[in-house]
Amino acid sequence: MRRYFARKLLIYGLTFVVAVTVNWMIPRFMPGDPVSAMVARARVSQPEAAEAMRTYYNNLFGFDEPLWQQYLHFWGALLQGDFGISIFVFPTPVGDVLLDALPYTLGLMIPAVLLSWFVGNWIGALSARRKVLDNTVLPAGYLLTAMPYMWIAVILAWALGAKAGWFPISGGYSLDIQPGWNGDFVLDALHHWVLPFLSLFLVALGGWAIGMRNMIIYELESDYSSYLSALGAPQRLIRRYAFRNAVLPQVTGLALQLGVLVAGALVTEIVFAYPGLGSLILAAIQNQDFFLLQGAFLFIVIGVLIANFLIDIVYVVVDPRTRTGMAGGTS
Amino acid sequence: MGTRTRLRVTTALAVFTLAATACTGGGSGAGGTGGTAGKGGSLPRNETLYTTGTQWGPPANYNPLRNWDHATGTKGLVYETLFHFDPDEGKLTPWLAESGSWTDDKTYEVKLRTGITWADGKPLTAKDVAYSYGLGKIEASAFHSLWSWLSDAKAVDDTTVRFTFKEARYQEWDYTLYGQPVVPEHIWGSRTDEDVLNGVNDKPVGTGAYKLRSKTQDRVVWERRDDWWGTKALSMTPAPRYIVDVSNPSNEVVIGQLGQGQLDLSNNFLPGASSLIKSKKVVSYYDKAPYMLSANTAWLVPNTTKKPMDDAAFRRALAASVDTGKIVKGVYGELVKPASPTGLLPQWEQFEDKALIAEKGFTHDPAAAKKELAEAGYKDTNGDGFVENKDGSALSLKLAVPSGWTDWMEAAKVIAAGAKDAGIKVTTEFPDQNALNERRGKGDFDLVINNERQLSNTPWTYYDYIFQLPVQKQQNTVNFGRYENEEAWKLVQKLGGVKTDDTAGMKAAVSKIQDIQLTEMPLIPLWYNGLWSQSTTGTWTNWPSDAEGAPKAAPALWRNWLEMGGFETLTQLKPAK
Repeated sequence: MRRYFARKLLIYGLTFVVAVTVNWMIPRFMPGDPVSAMVARARVSQPEAAEAMRTYYNNLFGFDEPLWQQYLHFWGALLQGDFGISIFVFPTPVGDVLLDALPYTLGLMIPAVLLSWFVGNWIGALSARRKVLDNTVLPAGYLLTAMPYMWIAVILAWALGAKAGWFPISGGYSLDIQPGWNGDFVLDALHHWVLPFLSLFLVALGGWAIGMRNMIIYELESDYSSYLSALGAPQRLIRRYAFRNAVLPQVTGLALQLGVLVAGALVTEIVFAYPGLGSLILAAIQNQDFFLLQGAFLFIVIGVLIANFLIDIVYVVVDPRTRTGMAGGTS
Repeated sequence: MGTRTRLRVTTALAVFTLAATACTGGGSGAGGTGGTAGKGGSLPRNETLYTTGTQWGPPANYNPLRNWDHATGTKGLVYETLFHFDPDEGKLTPWLAESGSWTDDKTYEVKLRTGITWADGKPLTAKDVAYSYGLGKIEASAFHSLWSWLSDAKAVDDTTVRFTFKEARYQEWDYTLYGQPVVPEHIWGSRTDEDVLNGVNDKPVGTGAYKLRSKTQDRVVWERRDDWWGTKALSMTPAPRYIVDVSNPSNEVVIGQLGQGQLDLSNNFLPGASSLIKSKKVVSYYDKAPYMLSANTAWLVPNTTKKPMDDAAFRRALAASVDTGKIVKGVYGELVKPASPTGLLPQWEQFEDKALIAEKGFTHDPAAAKKELAEAGYKDTNGDGFVENKDGSALSLKLAVPSGWTDWMEAAKVIAAGAKDAGIKVTTEFPDQNALNERRGKGDFDLVINNERQLSNTPWTYYDYIFQLPVQKQQNTVNFGRYENEEAWKLVQKLGGVKTDDTAGMKAAVSKIQDIQLTEMPLIPLWYNGLWSQSTTGTWTNWPSDAEGAPKAAPALWRNWLEMGGFETLTQLKPAK
């Protein structure tokens, strides 16, 4: 067991280092110079003043150092939990900007990921044994899973928001409400949450349902099922075995899909002007805000790694073979 | 068996849920503390003004010296200036100052109003003013250039500030008087230079009519101060108790929110605004074309360091090839007005030299453009329909506008088509805005469109934008085309030294500059961008308009516009019910 987790942790550690390094590199190789943009925005006309300002900012953000030093400092600051100062929301620390946005993204992502997984598997498993259901779920599932996130988001916004008027189509909460822990705000935030949640949920749902349906059919046709059936075991029992085997690849799939889902959530947020990380990332790119971009990606990398780690733990729980393997390994 | 399976699935679910709640719990907690000091519940709709169009991201700071990225209203609602400027009348109106006058050619004295207090109860004194202007001495300060011609700002007594000048730039000084915010020395005096210039200043204490109530990622909420000095001294009270400025979401979202009456004022360009106005969904300054007041001029900027744009004849031919009428009608649906050949905004009409324009001004005329090109020696030697350079090499220019600026992208296509009719090959390109800004600063372009200079108290700011010398390695704000003309720049400086009440003197100086401008055509004026302003009347009425009896102020919360009528608009609003 210990060796299993040690190996996993090592892999996650390495992934983290590589991901963070790539994160650090990408904005620095984007075209354009954020300090020039900042100085230009300040509309400083006098060359000496512009030069003084440029020097100041270069120094502040550490752009006057050689790249390798910037890289080392970046790690040093990062380990102290310092993500730097945002250029776009100058001079707010990136950490603060991100923490304001994070609840919205998590509040959207986590329910969408989990509920779509559970509901998708459930529908998929049901449809595998009912012809009528299969005939409707399969095409619907393919349609949903093939839809780009923003497309379904726009359709939902149009149908349920603009036409039916049931849900607001933008923002995380109404204009006249201030965030706080009270009934008014929570209800209002939930109301705004429905459409972005639905668009994420529906796309993911289709994929899981199709996957589960196919897995169940495969398992039901496998040797052990036929054997059980020949022994005269009840259909219910056979299906239960099939389900337990079929769900394992789905758990793996969840780990693999997380990155895609995050990307989907970002796009969805932009469509609904939802005040989460997605809108921030877009703004950071447009404003060449290296630090905000870095920080946002870092949060995402950490989030995906943690989720994957949790899935590894879950795997140990749901798949007895992992435990047997580990027991064999340690003895 | 059955129960065990269920148990396992439940365990898995529990792990997930735990993780989920742990994450959300942590995140929300942090969001709460990082967010606001605001109380829960909603603001009363009939006392709240919702605005958008100025802020494009989270409110960044409340530092009035950073008038390019502070939260909307920091300068104007919280921090105030000595004067305001009334573009309609073309003159300064005393604000914090009771009066101001030149006591001799190089000394300016400001008398402050008495009885003005900061939000913390301390009185505003002449020392605060001297201190605030003195902050420009910090080298990295954005208004450091002021101190190259100002030599001293001194508090003579509690209500008198005396400014002495090395070089009296009267035009620019008036501009400074209504542009520079006054901050409290008793709070700012102990701050480091760095904190002064770059601090967040998250508890702004100003003399203004509003104070900060709360802020979140996508909005800032201002609350009226009922003890504001202006209520008594100016007999003005801004009508909304709360002002909520929302970061600009997408155009579709803004149009939706206007339609539902959630937003009261949008100061953003909305494609198709004319149809919204015609169908009475929103109101604007004019109820027919051009719908909006003019706020700035969009110019076609040729890079005069490149051939053939270094040739005035070529630039004139290019100017005559532009079909501005088509842009105004086709691209903007008449939301904008075609610019005059001088590019001077309608508010500056009195400075146009009409006789000169009749003689040297240009209009859209492809035939004249062709003639001009032929006379200057540009010929189509290879018969492809486009003229070549004088040395026979291929001539092909690229017009760059930022990607995503759909109106400008369309306008660029119209310009390219017009140039083609005149025999000039112009292609369009749409790079990323930041990349384009950088290239523009370095002079690495053929043609760009720019409109960064706004309406002000004097056409001097426009001529400074067109002619400023010397050309630097990096041109951040002015003279992007790197046009060098010593004589013109001398005339501009001379205009800067004309007293602002000497209209005849200003006209004479401007006329000479216009002569050079129309002959040399360093920039080609295209159209007047509007003071985009779409408002709804469900909650607030009495918006500025050209209708009789309606207020005439400029309805904008844009940076530096609160002093040019934006604040006055707030005081003239009336609740709908």
